Amino acid sequence: MLNRARLMFRSTAVRLSALYILLFALCAAFLVFYVTAMSERLLAQQTRQTLQEEVGDVQRAYERGGINLLVRMMERRARQPGANLYVVAGPNGEMLAGNVASVQPGVLDEQGWTEPPFRYEPFAEAEKPGQDVAIGYVMRLDNGLRIMVGRDLGDPGRFRLIVRRALMVALTIMGVGALVIWFGIGRNALKRIDRMSAASQKIMAGDLSQRLPVGRSGDEFDRLSDSLNAMLGRIEKLNEGLRQVSDNIAHDLKTPLTRLRNKAADALSEDREDVRRAALEGIIGESDQLIRTFNALLMISRVEAGSIAAEMSEVDLSAVSADSAELYEPVAEEAGLQLSTEVQPGVTVNGNRELIGQAIFNLLDNAIKYSGDGDDNRGIKLRLVRRDDEIRLSVCDNGPGIPADKREDVLKRFVRLDESRSKPGTGLGLSLVEAVMELHGGSLELSDTFGDRPDAPGLTVTMVFPAPRL
Amino acid sequence: MRWDTSNAAESSGTKTGGDAIVPHMKILVIEDDLEAAAYMTKAFREAGIVVDHASDGESGLFMGSENSYDVMVIDRMLPRRDGLSVISELRKRGVNTPVLILSALGQVDDRVTGLRAGGDDYLPKPYAFSELLARVEVLGRRKGAPEQDMVYRVGDLELDRLSHEVRRAGKEVLLQPREFRLLEYLMKNAGQVVTRTMLLENVWDYHFDPQTNVIDVHVSRLRSKIEKDFDKPLLKTIRGAGYMIKDEG
Repeated sequence: MLNRARLMFRSTAVRLSALYILLFALCAAFLVFYVTAMSERLLAQQTRQTLQEEVGDVQRAYERGGINLLVRMMERRARQPGANLYVVAGPNGEMLAGNVASVQPGVLDEQGWTEPPFRYEPFAEAEKPGQDVAIGYVMRLDNGLRIMVGRDLGDPGRFRLIVRRALMVALTIMGVGALVIWFGIGRNALKRIDRMSAASQKIMAGDLSQRLPVGRSGDEFDRLSDSLNAMLGRIEKLNEGLRQVSDNIAHDLKTPLTRLRNKAADALSEDREDVRRAALEGIIGESDQLIRTFNALLMISRVEAGSIAAEMSEVDLSAVSADSAELYEPVAEEAGLQLSTEVQPGVTVNGNRELIGQAIFNLLDNAIKYSGDGDDNRGIKLRLVRRDDEIRLSVCDNGPGIPADKREDVLKRFVRLDESRSKPGTGLGLSLVEAVMELHGGSLELSDTFGDRPDAPGLTVTMVFPAPRL
Repeated sequence: MRWDTSNAAESSGTKTGGDAIVPHMKILVIEDDLEAAAYMTKAFREAGIVVDHASDGESGLFMGSENSYDVMVIDRMLPRRDGLSVISELRKRGVNTPVLILSALGQVDDRVTGLRAGGDDYLPKPYAFSELLARVEVLGRRKGAPEQDMVYRVGDLELDRLSHEVRRAGKEVLLQPREFRLLEYLMKNAGQVVTRTMLLENVWDYHFDPQTNVIDVHVSRLRSKIEKDFDKPLLKTIRGAGYMIKDEG
């Protein structure tokens, strides 16, 4: 039993309902007590005011017509239904006239308001003996007579009973209300959360295509489900990308490994020393290529993890561009290409010189590799310009370019448009460039023209850095 | 592993100054991966290098300070004492042996910290053994080669570091500034294999594997300039490793 109660209390809805009931009850109690206290005070004030007026009347009657007129007036008023209390008493407290049989002793001794309320016994109609409580105003006349005008306060117990009943009714309504709230909203919310956890369980079990249920109301729960679903979508996409990458890795490493193995087998069966030597050298070359691929992969994941960010410093982009052009100029020339530069001097950026250098090298490498064959005025251009809020470093070539629908793909690891893989390369170059740009808070843009000449087809890859404040 | 030419054993005798190759270079390898260490030890021995091995930081530090080595190869991540701390402690004890740091696989490629701790060269894993061997040989050689030589000579090729003039058989060879630096580095390490990565590092100051043939194109340009009108080749390509400038005599 206790266990079950504890279990029930663990539910948020129950806990919230209990808290609300408690709070409401406290508020209600406060309200009821406040209201009764206020009305009691108001009532008392009103009573006193009426009495005050009556006392004034009595005083005026006495001044005008002496004791006779006073007694007559009081007798007359006392006989009216629902009348106030009127007492005319002798100097020793004996009742001379009025509608009161007796009062609590000592009440008539003091001039002014009777404080606290006193008990009295009504005259003639003795239905509620000894129960009556009143307040009054006592006056002493010159001749020793005492006069009091008072008013019955009614039964105080009855008043309290009414208050208590109101309180009970209020609490009952609130209890029922809380139960309704719990059933209506709390249990509903609880059920929805349960459904969400059930869906999460399935997702955790490996079914990433599952989505959390979303209602039509667009409330907080739906918004939460929406956000979580969006997150799941992103995870699924990343997961898909990861699977793609590992598939590609497996595929792209299998080929050179197979070649490696075949070459080793050849070398083993070869008797001629020079041929065997060549085969072994081929094996070394093949292994070096594999190591390069792994290095590039590791590099990309390090850059993507941002662990290199600690080594950021001011980099002279103009100098790095000039270095790269100088390094690649002979390579381009050997490939029959003209490498031209248009480098704005003194452009700096906060970054990692090594990585930026490697990114530019990769772009130049690609440009040389994929620049069109046969065209006469073939060329490559390296351009660095600083705009107001960005620095643009572009490498342009007039090769076949990349179709617009493939532009996202080429940034992925191991993706090469050259299906036959006839050109050397790892398929990791642009992935690294993109990772480097992300690390520098920039982006990578691909367009299918040679620089800003819309008439000249080709490919322009632009590294866009956010410009540091001058 | 052995280079094409049997350079490890013979003295080139062409560079001025103390260039006699230490007949048996002696190195210390501090590496906790026993398989990698065994492979390295075997390969170094085949190249004619005497190898001692320590498998943790403390014993490596002890061996390094007790014995005298030409080069130390130290892994960054070691049990009992971190590789960088071994290096700074060795330096504190006055051991100035050149140190090559091997970065741990998958770690941040933190060359700067490594060199600041007192390392002389830095090689991130994974690496090709040819790369490691070339670097170790250059480091071992550095110990004896005075840096203040103003003129480098290999055969009839002369390079004047002060006037930036290059002559072959007394005839001036005109080189671009970068070609001059390329030749300067090759001649400084005459008789030693220099890898493409080492060239990119020392001539262009970029520290990564060039991946493609950029360096080869520059070297072949340089080669054509210094060998065009001469019969005897000096600048050799070492397959699977890099380049070496050497007078075969």
